[in-house]
Formats: sequence, C-alpha cells, structure tokens
Amino acid sequence: MHINIILAGVGGQGILTIAAVIGRAALQSGLTIRQTEVHGMSQRGGAVQSHLRISNREIYSDLIAEGTAHLILSVEPHEALRYLPFLAPESRIVTSIEPFINIENYPAIDDILAELNRTKRPVMVNAAELAREAGHARTSNMVMLGAASPYIGIATEQLESAIGELFHAKGPDIVDVNIRAFRKGQELSQTQATEP
Amino acid sequence: MNKHLLLGAEAIALGALDAGISGVYAYPGTPSTEITEYIQKNSADLEKAVRSSWSTNEKTAYEAALGMSYAGKRSLVCMKHVGLNVAADAFINSAITGINGGLVVAVADDPSMHSSQNEQDSRVYGKFAMLPVLEPSSQQDLYTATREAFDLSESVKLPVLLRLTTRLAHSRAGVERTAARMQNPLHALYAPERFVLIPQNARRQYNVLLGIQQELEKISEHSWLNRLITGSGSKGVIAFGIAFNYTMEVRQAFGLDFPVLKIGQYPLPRKQVESFFTSCETILVAEEGYPVYEELLRGYFGGDNIMGRMDGTLPRAGELNADIIASGLGIKPATVLPVPDIVVHRPPALCKGCGHRDLYDALTTVMSSFQEHHVFSDIGCYTLGALEPFNAIHTCVDMGASITMAKGAADAGLRPAVAVIGDSTFTHSGMTGLLDAINDKSPLTVIIADNDTTAMTGGQQSSATGSRLLDICRGLGVDEGHIRIIVPLKSHLEENMTVLREEIIYEGVSVVIARRECIETASRKKRTKV
Ligand code: SF4
Repeated sequence: MHINIILAGVGGQGILTIAAVIGRAALQSGLTIRQTEVHGMSQRGGAVQSHLRISNREIYSDLIAEGTAHLILSVEPHEALRYLPFLAPESRIVTSIEPFINIENYPAIDDILAELNRTKRPVMVNAAELAREAGHARTSNMVMLGAASPYIGIATEQLESAIGELFHAKGPDIVDVNIRAFRKGQELSQTQATEP
Repeated sequence: MNKHLLLGAEAIALGALDAGISGVYAYPGTPSTEITEYIQKNSADLEKAVRSSWSTNEKTAYEAALGMSYAGKRSLVCMKHVGLNVAADAFINSAITGINGGLVVAVADDPSMHSSQNEQDSRVYGKFAMLPVLEPSSQQDLYTATREAFDLSESVKLPVLLRLTTRLAHSRAGVERTAARMQNPLHALYAPERFVLIPQNARRQYNVLLGIQQELEKISEHSWLNRLITGSGSKGVIAFGIAFNYTMEVRQAFGLDFPVLKIGQYPLPRKQVESFFTSCETILVAEEGYPVYEELLRGYFGGDNIMGRMDGTLPRAGELNADIIASGLGIKPATVLPVPDIVVHRPPALCKGCGHRDLYDALTTVMSSFQEHHVFSDIGCYTLGALEPFNAIHTCVDMGASITMAKGAADAGLRPAVAVIGDSTFTHSGMTGLLDAINDKSPLTVIIADNDTTAMTGGQQSSATGSRLLDICRGLGVDEGHIRIIVPLKSHLEENMTVLREEIIYEGVSVVIARRECIETASRKKRTKV
C-alpha cells in the first residue's frame, strides 16, 4: 500500500484539517505517513498545498515526485489544476466546484470546469451546499474528505474515528455535524462513481 | 497511539523537552516558529516549568540562552536562517567561551525563499564558528538528534548547531519518544578565564577551540547521522541532510542500487568521505542549500569526477526534490500533464479588512502629492503592501532597515523620508535606528503599524504594543507633539491623511502610530474563548 495525495486550496481554507484527519487515521492504522504544510507568507490568501504520503513501508521524501500522485484533493476548483503535473496516469481529481475568488484575473469558472472534465473521472463536489445540508457551512472540508475517502486507502471507520477525536474538544454536536458532512461527501462520490 | 504526528520543528521541541531543557529563547520566523510554539503549548503540565515566552530579537534570545547555560541549565535557542545574522556576534563568541549547561541552537533555513529574503546556508556559520553541526533528515532523527545534541554540547563544552530546512521543519511524520530526562540543577560557573573575553583569555580560548577540532571530527566519524548505504556501480551520491531523503526516494522508486554516503553531522567525517571517493568513480554531491561541501571537495583546481550544483548537474539555487536528484543522475523525467494555460498565479495578499490596507490607502494618497514619494518598509504582513493593488512601499531589506534606510536617505537630502514598520519589528531592531535619527535630528517620519501582534508568523506575542510603544518613542526622545496616533479604518481616512501629511512635512523626527488589532489574531482570540 502506497498512496500519494496532493491537498490543494487557498491559504485560510483549512486544508490542514483534512490532512490532520487522514494523518491521525493513517497512524492508527499502523501506516507510515509524511505530510508537508505551508506556513508563513503564502498562508495569507495565497495558493497553498500539502503533500500527503501514506505507506506500509518506509517513506523517504516528504515531497511527492511529479507524475506520481494518486489523488489531487482540492477544496477549490482552480487550485486543483495548478498541480496537474503531479497527477499519475489513471489517477483522479476530487475537487470542490465552488470558486474562491480573491484575485482580479480569476479565470471563467466554465473554463475551469472544462479543464477538470478533461481529466480522468474527476469527482466534482458542491461542498458548501452539502455542508449546509449537513448542518454547518464550516464543514465543507469534511464533505471533501468524505468525497475523497474511497481513494485514500484507509477504512471509513478509521477516518470517522479520527474525525471524532479531532473535534472531540468542541463537543458532541460538532463531532456529529462533521461526521454527517463526511458521509454526505462519501455518498456523492459513490453515486458519481457508479454513473456511466 | 505511542507515535506523535509531529512537524519536524515540533520534533525538535519535543526532543529538547525530553532532554531536560529549562528554557527556550526565540524570536518568531518562518520556518522555525513552531519549535517554540510547541514548547509553549506543551510544557505547562511538566513537573518543572520551562521558560518559553518570545524574545525581542534573536540576539537577545541567544545571549539569554547562553546565560541559562552559564547557570548550568540546558537551553534551546531557535531562529530562522537570517535570524542567525542578528545573533551572529553572540553565536561566534559563544564558541570561544564554550558553555556550561547544554546549549543547542536550532536554525531553520529556507531554500527557495518561501518566506524569506535570501537562502543563506547556516552550515557556513557552523564552519565559521567551528562548532559541531547536526543535520538530521527525518522527523524521528530530529527528535533523537536534538536529545543527543545536548549531551554532545555538554561533553565537548560547546554550543551545537542543529540545522534543518523548510521541508523538514514543515512536514509531519510519526515520532516515538523516549523517557524524559530531568532538568539540570542550578550550577553556575565561576570561570572568568573562559567567559571574560579580553584578549589574553580570548586567545587561549580560541586555541582550545582549534585544539578540539580533531576530536569533533572523530565524533563525526562515529556518529549514526553519518553512514554508508552500500550499493553497486561506479557512481555514488554523497547526500547531505534532507538530500538523503530525495536520493533514497529515487533509489526506491527506480529500483536502483547506487551507493550513498549519508552526511548528517559535521565537521565532515574525513575517513568516510575518503573511502567513499576511492570506491566510486564519479560522485554526485547533493546538498540542500549552498554547495558548501561540494566546493570544499572539488578544491580550487580539481574535481573532474564530482558533479553537483557547481557544474549545473543540479540547479545552483533553490531547494531540492526527488525529481531534481533523478535528473541529476541522468534519469529521464516521465512526461506529465501540463498546467493548463488558464491557471493564474495566486500570490498572498493582506487579509480583507486588515488595518494595513487602510493605512496604505491613506499613505499612498498623501505621498502622491509629493514629487518624491519613497516609502521605506520592513518585514511583516505589511510588506505585502509592495504588491498590487497597493504598490505602496519601495524597500524591504532586513529587520529594522526601514527606519535606518529612511534616515540615511533623509541625511542625503531626500524629502520626504518615510518608514513603515510593524510593532514587533520595531522592538526587534527599529528602536536603535530611531535613536540614531533623533541624535542626528534627521527629518524622518516613522509609521509604526501597531496591530498588537507578530502577525505574519501566525500571531505571536509582540514585545511592546499600544501605550508601551508610545513610552518607548517618548523615552528615545521623539518630541511629544510629533508622536501621533491614528486608527487605520476606512471611516477615519480623511482624518488620518491630515495627520500623516502634517507629520510628513515636519522637518524633524516624527512618529505616527497606526493602531488597530490584526483581525486574524482578534478572531483567533474569539474562537479560543468560545
Ligand atoms: S494576518 Fe493580520 S496583519 Fe496580517 S494581513 Fe491578516 S489581518 Fe493584516
């Protein structure tokens, strides 16, 4: 088992929460993990990414080599495209389709979606909407994690228990709403996968 | 779960805590900030307190750490690479005095300049000071090496430099800890012959330092951080620090078997390097940072069998990765998908609603009425004022340089001369420059953007904010009538412009404090309260 994931987004969108859940679940599954983060200047609304590597053998490099990512998990559609050179052949993008526009020359969303659709079986997620349905607009990261969960190589129970631990301090209601969000994303992903 | 998922920076922190430090001293700076933050968050429940609040700058931090060591306790001092420039005087001289309690200097370099002004390599400082340098390549090794660095420091009676780079500092992995050691008892040292660096003592101590070099090399020869990974073929790689990871990644990914000499402790283990050179026909030298040891190994004239950053096999600048090492070894890169043409750059920007935005709106309008409208600035979030749509500042060189450069320009006759500096950068190295300006009566306006925090690195406590800044300016001798306070808000635009204009045309030293809390810090405070 050896999985490379590029997490992508914009500084402040909280991709590290997703990384924290996967990391915790991987460690509890007895797997080896390496996960890079971006701190400093780029966190102020710039493009940010996290390289996440999970394996049952030793991992040497913290960074993923080009053409070897099994998954690009992006919480922003334009940002998903930035890391295409990392994607391995036959691998997929799971991305939110809601744009985060903090630059003047942000491309047309239709062009972005067209580029995304040119990749192999992308999973496109209306994350904010599903998060609201789950009960809290701020759970869209867990929706995205749920949508990516079939491709991460870690059992759903492990991921859910990691969510529980991570949000434990904030009380059972917050845990529940995040689990609901996770399941919403997972459901959507499964439906999209069975579509022809 | 007995493994902790830690950033490299945090692994150092945990290693230091478990090595029994009594204090950490630091000024925040990416990518080193998280070392101290981890200790601040995780030392409260310890049996014995660990002193951990932020220092005013790296020099005060270093000297305090040396003082704690003098008193017999173990201390850690952390900074980013350029911070070591600030602390260099103390650093170099502490190699001459030596230490008492273990002293470890953790320095995080930032190759590729993700959040920095240069990519200087701290190993050069290590050589310069003739101190042992450790450069572990994994989070677990960072933990273990930090613990051992304190033992090494106490056994050779020297500070130990621990060098890491951005990727390792900011990458997480599972780390296992070992039983924590007790803190040292207080045992201050009367050793004026070592610690009073008047020439006769300094000369003797310098000879002691020179004399121990061979011993340090011998220690390197036996260090677990330096080791040979045997293999076949005539081409080998000497992989320094994190370059080891990328080299091994290539070996694993492509099923190769070339020999690798891993280097993680300096001075260089001469015997190991010599025997590696006799066993390989050609050698790729992979260093994260400057080609410090490649240059040394090549010598002035030779080195035909050596490849690396100096002959273009690897790029001369920027951080390494597995792709770069692979191509340096002649492996053809796989064809990968291109980045679509529609993708645009998304640079960092000031947060929406940030007070710096309103400050720059006012300042830029005022400055545009002058023929010369140079604004000398400094290092912090407000540096982002250099970018679109503000284009509000024209310099950012090093911590504190806004005030002193504006002063020099004013002395040369430039009018107006305006400096913009944050509260934390002002206390770091702006105050002394302001004193220079007052002593010289240089006509200059210093705008202190007081957002009540060290915002760029994530909202650390600033050494002086609010009314204390006012007291400092007064105390340094700024005329009371020319210390003005504004609140950078859209609704105050007109009023703020008036104040700025009045002070900018004043032919003397004036200070305008633009006071409004960083909204990020404010909202973080609110979140943690709930
Ligand atoms: S972090 Fe604070 S100071 Fe920095 S840009 Fe955001 S609001 Fe402004």
